[in-house]
Amino acid sequence: MAHEFAVEMQDVVKKFITPEGNELNAVDHVTMQIKNGEFFSMLGSSGCGKTTSLRMIAGFEWPTEGEVYIEGKAMGHTPPFQRKVNTVFQSYALFQHMTVYQNIAFGLEMEGAQKDEIDKRVKHVLEMVQLTGMERRKPKQLSGGQQQRIAVARALVKVPDVLLLDEPLGALDLKLRKDMQLELKALQQQLGITFVYVTHDQEEAMTMSDRIAVMSKGKVQQLGAPVEIYERPANKFVADFIGDSNFFEGRIKSLSKEEAVVFIPDLNAEVTGIPVSQGLVNGEEITVSIRPEKVLISEKPMNQNTFKGKVTNTVYIGTDTHVYVDLMGKRLKVFEQNRISRLDPGSFYTVGQDVTLVMMPENVLVLKKE
Amino acid sequence: MLKRLRENKSAQGTLLASPTMLWMIGLLIIPLLLTLVVSFGQRSPDGDVIYSFSLDNYIRLFGYSTDCDNGQASCFDPLYLQILWRSLSLAFNTTVLVILLAYPLAYFIARAHPLRRNTFLFMVLIPLWTNFVIRVYAWMMLLRTQGVINLGLGWLAGLFNIPFTPLEMLYTPGAVLVGMVYEFLPFMILPIYTSLEKIDNSLYEAAADLGANGLKTFARVTLPLSMPGVVAGTILVFIPVMGTFIVSDILGGRQVILVGNLIQRQFLDARDPTFGSAASLILMIMTLIVTYFYTRKFGFGEEIVVA
Repeated sequence: MAHEFAVEMQDVVKKFITPEGNELNAVDHVTMQIKNGEFFSMLGSSGCGKTTSLRMIAGFEWPTEGEVYIEGKAMGHTPPFQRKVNTVFQSYALFQHMTVYQNIAFGLEMEGAQKDEIDKRVKHVLEMVQLTGMERRKPKQLSGGQQQRIAVARALVKVPDVLLLDEPLGALDLKLRKDMQLELKALQQQLGITFVYVTHDQEEAMTMSDRIAVMSKGKVQQLGAPVEIYERPANKFVADFIGDSNFFEGRIKSLSKEEAVVFIPDLNAEVTGIPVSQGLVNGEEITVSIRPEKVLISEKPMNQNTFKGKVTNTVYIGTDTHVYVDLMGKRLKVFEQNRISRLDPGSFYTVGQDVTLVMMPENVLVLKKE
Repeated sequence: MLKRLRENKSAQGTLLASPTMLWMIGLLIIPLLLTLVVSFGQRSPDGDVIYSFSLDNYIRLFGYSTDCDNGQASCFDPLYLQILWRSLSLAFNTTVLVILLAYPLAYFIARAHPLRRNTFLFMVLIPLWTNFVIRVYAWMMLLRTQGVINLGLGWLAGLFNIPFTPLEMLYTPGAVLVGMVYEFLPFMILPIYTSLEKIDNSLYEAAADLGANGLKTFARVTLPLSMPGVVAGTILVFIPVMGTFIVSDILGGRQVILVGNLIQRQFLDARDPTFGSAASLILMIMTLIVTYFYTRKFGFGEEIVVA
């Protein structure tokens, strides 16, 4: 029976010695549980520890402290060739001296599978990645996208408990990358195999993942479904890293069971009716954040949570218009969807125009200071 | 004129290749043709070449002799065939030994920390700064009856009160083999290192990931991917060992005569350039045949440049 968690990282630390001789925690007390059958992403910029974490699951690195469990079994120093996980490498790592067929058959030969069994499974997996007929080509004779599929096929043919993917789409151009994202997601759903996906591309992570671990400086900053991470970022780092945000320094002025009132000194204004998150204290210094697309530009002023400003710049980017508004010396980003054609100059905000901004309290996030 | 040259890529290529072409024509092709012509000639009693078309020299090389013990006019004398065979087998043994010694070392250097690799490569190259002949003479100092090795062994034997007679190592086929292996080892280490160093670490990881242990990874991934280096090294070692005469001259004395020594003596001592020329050409043809079959099986090591 499959264990509830395909992979568990239990308080894992990985120390490296930098070239300068300093000790560095590439992975710093990471604990996470990856459920069986889910598409799980580790998201972060380079050096955040995501690839090191993946490599520890694969067995290429061993934790300095803590333990990695696969299907409930502690891995300790189990070498990669004894783990039921397979990896799709960023560079694909295809064997250039072998044909496509030999590349895919390699893993099965290592298991000692019979020749006709190998033949059947290679054929099947090639069908799955839609590369039937390429058996006798060498990897060099394939396009980047095809090589990528072979790398996936070579790992999947082993029917691993967990498929590890290390930025597998990084080398592809945008259009192909988007297609492959959907294809990988479909493949994962069809096979029901747990995918652990490492990427620095938030859109990619959002598109494919059931859950995402946002990582920074070797630590997990937030772990949750894409919608949670975007709508309820756990801290300023996540709010800043995922999508765009406007930030203000603020202080809790009053606190009731459901709602809070926050005073923002920079704007000399209050925002009222903010839904309360846990652990806040009256008078606490906090960071207020609001997504640019959630700020409304209004014609007629409302009573509360309304701010007067001046347009300093507008940028037309096709789907949206980015409006930059000066609020008492603070610059605020507002994204407005182009629901109507902006061909008519009158439909644009002009620089210097006075506007009224509305921040709906349910869209305002209160983030604890670190 | 200059403008037209700038646009004409093939003329540029010809121009760039022409110094080497002239050099090769003047110092390789023409001398080779002369050698061919001379090899068909005959030696005059005072050591000059009589130009003719005779295959006598080749017939003599392959065992036809007019200098027979039993009074017959002609007989079979395998002397020169033995020399050719000795050269071929020595070149083969040297190459195999050099591969066995060079591969592990090249592997070690290629897998060492990048900062240390250059130091190790430097150490491999240091002996090449000394003259070839001097290095061979150094082996003479080591191997002779009163040499360093015998002195050391004698001292050791003395410690344990074992009777010791110095080993006769110099002027044996073994001495020549040791000398050859020593001389040509760097020429095998460098190409193997180059091809091993190019193998991306992720390939080893991929092999492990797919279930291969260290041994299987080596057999299925490392070795095939480093074959271009082995092939290139083999060509760099086998061909010179076939032809060189200095090592066998110094370490083999009169005991180990190779084709190289034969050719040298025909030109300098026996003053028979016609027979020397024939032997040179046979040596070249033998080398070409071996190289041809070898590279047809394993490729030309061109991936070492491409990969």
